[in-house]
Amino acid sequence: MSQAAAPIDFRTNAQHVPPKMPAAVQKATAKFLGSRAALVEALGNDLWQTLRQAGHDLRLHAITHLDHYLEQAERAVTKVGGHVHWARDAGEANRIVLEIARQHDVKKVVKSKSMATEEIGLNHAMEAAGIQVIETDLGEYIVQLLGVGPAHIVVPAFHLSKEEIADLFRKKLGVDAPAEAEKLTQVARTKLREEFLAADLGISGGNFLVAETGTIVTVTNEGNGRMCTTIPPVHVAIVGIDKVVPDWESLTVLLKVLARSATGQKITCYTQFISGPPGAEAETGPKELHLVLLDNGRSRILKSPECRETLLCIRCGACLNICPVFNSVGGYTYGYPISGPTGMMFASQILGAKAAGGLPFASTLCGACNDICPVQIPITDILLHLRHRVVEGDEQEKAVAPYALRMGAQAGSLALRTPWLYRLGSTMLKWLQTPLKRDGWLPRLPPPLNRWTMARPFPAFASDFRTWWRTRSREAKGRQ
Amino acid sequence: MSIKAQLFITCLAEQFFPGVLRRMVGLLERLGVEVAFPEEQTCCGQPFFNSGYQTQARELARKWLEVFGRTEGFIVSPSGSCVDMVRHHYPHLFPPGTPEHRLAEDTAARTFEFTQFLVQQLKVTDVGARFPHKVTYHASCHLLRGLGVREEPKALLQKVQGLELVPLSSEETCCGFGGTFSVIYPEVSQAMMEAKVKSIQESGAEAVVACDAGCLMNIAGGLRKVNSPIKAMHVIEVLTADRGTP
Repeated sequence: MSQAAAPIDFRTNAQHVPPKMPAAVQKATAKFLGSRAALVEALGNDLWQTLRQAGHDLRLHAITHLDHYLEQAERAVTKVGGHVHWARDAGEANRIVLEIARQHDVKKVVKSKSMATEEIGLNHAMEAAGIQVIETDLGEYIVQLLGVGPAHIVVPAFHLSKEEIADLFRKKLGVDAPAEAEKLTQVARTKLREEFLAADLGISGGNFLVAETGTIVTVTNEGNGRMCTTIPPVHVAIVGIDKVVPDWESLTVLLKVLARSATGQKITCYTQFISGPPGAEAETGPKELHLVLLDNGRSRILKSPECRETLLCIRCGACLNICPVFNSVGGYTYGYPISGPTGMMFASQILGAKAAGGLPFASTLCGACNDICPVQIPITDILLHLRHRVVEGDEQEKAVAPYALRMGAQAGSLALRTPWLYRLGSTMLKWLQTPLKRDGWLPRLPPPLNRWTMARPFPAFASDFRTWWRTRSREAKGRQ
Repeated sequence: MSIKAQLFITCLAEQFFPGVLRRMVGLLERLGVEVAFPEEQTCCGQPFFNSGYQTQARELARKWLEVFGRTEGFIVSPSGSCVDMVRHHYPHLFPPGTPEHRLAEDTAARTFEFTQFLVQQLKVTDVGARFPHKVTYHASCHLLRGLGVREEPKALLQKVQGLELVPLSSEETCCGFGGTFSVIYPEVSQAMMEAKVKSIQESGAEAVVACDAGCLMNIAGGLRKVNSPIKAMHVIEVLTADRGTP
């Protein structure tokens, strides 16, 4: 694997979720889901399903012909005066950006929101090289002041209250502002305005990359993205290779489903199309545009027939908002910048089963994510395959689950597919439970079922249907 | 010609809800269905499949198909998730073009969850039950999203005499069971279960109805934990109320 990450321990993380977190998360996700549902209803479900199908098909087409469209995009970007860099992994991507920064003697960077840069840990790499990095998306700005990463892929600080943000601004910025959204935004805006003007380099991600014209598309709401990509003399966009779309017609469909699914908007306040730098002759705007195309495990994901649809994801965050697990634990529990159902798919594939093999299991497979996904990713089917990869291994990775578990599964399967053994087991369980049984329930059970009984009693084993059926059949025969 | 139904009792219902199974037989027979019980059946393999053990799931699927593949008529189960396993996952466990794959597809096509069978196949919604209580309905995930059964259970409940169906705010939200999820991530499962129990309590219902043994184990346990008088019931228990227990 490209990154040697410590294993993500979802259970321990879940045990340390701050008590106020779930309610804050649920309040925010309910708002987004509500706005989304209203817009879907306005469109009509039939049209919505047609758009989802179209979104799915064209994204699948794009990733199926990824090599073709990426090369087309590279030619197009180069033609309009941009520089294209290919980054195999996180380390390579960071080195490329650092080299560009070194060439321009960069001291200060302004960034618009980008999950790709979170994925590769770009901020750390730049700060380690002595470069100041300022996040300019309000949510990102807030979590950066807090010293943490985004808690949600679309709304990074969605779990924080106005009071908490006012408090943070008081401590970190020395500004005493009332806990009102408008006032707090004004504080950040004033601070950030200075940073935009002083920055030597602007960094953005890209929601899409249109192959036919080499256009980098960013979808934002605050205008900071436009500042980052037009004020500093150099603009670097870091875009996952999965973000390429064939043409503007495809883009239209995706923009339509993205804003609705993400924030419940028909379209975001700013949808920016960057086709090359303004150039040396232009009075304003960056003189240079660099596009870093990031693989970081994506081409490996593409190789797996069971998992390749992971790459259809347009990072709308709807699957996070609807996920009952995400709503119980918040984003940080996943231990990866991309959280929720889509994050589990990405993390366990990008980091590998050893580092993130527990994540695909952090789902009840309820399937709410499948239904809400605007590009119809069969998320739970992919999670099921990733579980299979973890416990049994597949063509991409060896099994990482303990051997004892496999033995247990083998023994369990043997017992369950041998009818007499299964029936014997049913009878024995009824016997064995006797000392533990209270009023038809088992309040306490030994490991591993103590993990069930810590929360609620387990029902007592009570199988008697087979005996009942036989007696009944015998009696029926007797009557004949 | 009478309609035949093979009982697919599922391991969880067999172990924990034998009463539901007995009532299911009674109700089906009352509706004129000829009921058979293939005695060699065990578990459909869902717990293995959902835990990633596809090898073991395939072994159990093979066994299940050996038992049910040669039966006649419909295959009817009191559990949406087990039917979803058979209908949607079995065909993928065997390579297309093989006899096993064909058998899996053919058998899956005649496998139905109980309420789905009543409403879609028998075209019955009024089974003549009487249950004069306030009832709310929890939509089991795999029944709802896997099989697309949203209205059928409620259509049946609405025809029950005296029954008042009250809405559940979290009707379509998972209860946190998730099979092995409940023991792999017990704290999260607990939080989800508690949220479900809270919304059931807020509904004002005297009973909460579901169509899956898994959800019922979880919800019933959760209600008991807080000493709630609200009963967690399988839909079959409500549909056979006032008829005497077989």
